[in-house]
Amino acid sequence: MITINSMMCKGCGYCIKFCPKHILEMGKERSEKGHFYPVNINTDACTSCAICALMCPEAAIEVAAKN
Amino acid sequence: MPEYKRPSSLMPMATGYCPGCMHALATRLVADVIDELNQADNAINVVSVGCSALNLYSWHGDVIGAAHGRAPAVATGIKRCLPERLVFTYQGDGDLAAIGLAEIMSAANRGENFTVVFANNQTYGMTGGQMAPTTLIGQKTTTTRFGRDPQTTGYPLKMCELISVLEAPVFVARYALNSPKGVSDAKKGIKKAFEMQLAGKGFTFVELLTNCPTNWGMSPLDTLEYMNTNTIPYFQPGVYKDAEAAK
Repeated sequence: MITINSMMCKGCGYCIKFCPKHILEMGKERSEKGHFYPVNINTDACTSCAICALMCPEAAIEVAAKN
Repeated sequence: MPEYKRPSSLMPMATGYCPGCMHALATRLVADVIDELNQADNAINVVSVGCSALNLYSWHGDVIGAAHGRAPAVATGIKRCLPERLVFTYQGDGDLAAIGLAEIMSAANRGENFTVVFANNQTYGMTGGQMAPTTLIGQKTTTTRFGRDPQTTGYPLKMCELISVLEAPVFVARYALNSPKGVSDAKKGIKKAFEMQLAGKGFTFVELLTNCPTNWGMSPLDTLEYMNTNTIPYFQPGVYKDAEAAK
């Protein structure tokens, strides 16, 4: 399960590119800072592998262990 | 299952870097490793000049700013006075490989017991994308408008190769941050360098191949492929010297 902090995200798209389950896509809404940011479109498929967090330059993604 | 939390060594705010800039990624990796080693209160970050120095705004710990290229000289003084502290410099390629070349080579040759984290994005980012010593042959910058020509500007400097032939350094390695494997390996490399420093082994040098979407003139995602086809074939990632493995 991942949490994306829209105030930190700058919309580079690395997490979307490298997610092995392809469960992220760029959202249609802008953050308060004016960036588009990724949204999780299939929470159930997330395996908490944390590759999105590994590639995030801004440490905007936090990953909780899958129960 | 793995989990990830934002490292405590970073301030709770976005960095000052452009979207997709791997300086932010490199800074975060260093912060991750410092948290893993429980050194958040013990680490001293020495920055000099360039985009690399922007990480002092997001660093939640001791930071000192050195003159352009002189971070290894300042780090030498700090480490000799405070040998128990974890001291590292965070420098870019314009800073380390151009104006700071004498300082880095001297510090490496003396085998000073600190770590250098060298972010190589092949350009001067902060001043507007001029040619750096590490700019690739044929790469267009604001001062090489038709691509870098070795006839007039020489060849890109390979810092890992230069430093690895010196006697004193104990760990010299290069990693590329454009893939999860590269980032994961880089994290292990930085951790190993810090552990060797804490064990008092000597000079450690970690080069991270990074990007500059703004001055390369491409999107962050396009820089990943550019690095695969251009940067990595010239600047080969790998461990160039490891005193522990040689024993």
